[in-house]
Amino acid sequence: MPLDPSIVGRTYPPTAPYPVAEERVREFAAALGTSYDGGPAPATFPIVLAFEAMGTFLEAEGLPLHRIVHGEQRFAYERPVVPGDVLTTALTVTSVRSIGGADLVATRSEVTDAGGALVLTASATLVHRPADEEGAA
Amino acid sequence: MSAPEVAAGQELPARTYRVTRADLVRYAGASGDRNPIHWSDRVATAVGLPGVIAHGMYTQGLLARAAAEALPGEVVEIGCKFTAPVVVPDDDEGVEVTFAGTVASVEDGLATVRFEATCGGTKVLGAPRVVVRLAGPGA
Repeated sequence: MPLDPSIVGRTYPPTAPYPVAEERVREFAAALGTSYDGGPAPATFPIVLAFEAMGTFLEAEGLPLHRIVHGEQRFAYERPVVPGDVLTTALTVTSVRSIGGADLVATRSEVTDAGGALVLTASATLVHRPADEEGAA
Repeated sequence: MSAPEVAAGQELPARTYRVTRADLVRYAGASGDRNPIHWSDRVATAVGLPGVIAHGMYTQGLLARAAAEALPGEVVEIGCKFTAPVVVPDDDEGVEVTFAGTVASVEDGLATVRFEATCGGTKVLGAPRVVVRLAGPGA
């Protein structure tokens, strides 16, 4: 079933505060074949936060993860993410379009620190392929 | 070590990285993205994909790596579209993804780099772009 466009503009409950642990940053860097030696976390590390916020959205709308493909992702930083940060993420749906039986959902997730200051904005387009559009190929 | 001179039009050395199923499993754990389309051929083909594909964010992570290796400095912006899947076979060789970057502009210490990311001759990312605050003196 295609997504209800009335979800545009909806902001989902923020994620629980996420303490950025150096060990997690290290693991993330290692998974990409690099090493972490202090300083800013790898530029795409906040996907960990954006992904959790996306999970809240998917659950609220009853969308299974395996029907979602990432269409676009962008991070715009106000300042780098560093271990010790405690970050909270809230996702807003900014647009929904239906193309060729798939839903294109544009989202904006604001990541804020313990003091409430904006650290970065993560923008994503998610492609949802509804089950009833599935081919047998 | 002095800061490298960076100028618009400059081509950065291309970087090639190998991606295997083992990498995807490791990344799934580190990122929290355990979507089965990144490890199960059964689920991937059931939703119409050619097979297990790399997380788009794995490839964007490699984009960040390519940028960091070529231009040291703080990333203030990174983004791309995921235009073609990086299909990762269930073998030890995996696939290779190549990143070639060109400096589009340098302004107020910020370098904007446009990349081309290819896998087997196919562009896999749309408009990959990284903006770096250049590190070091003279930046």
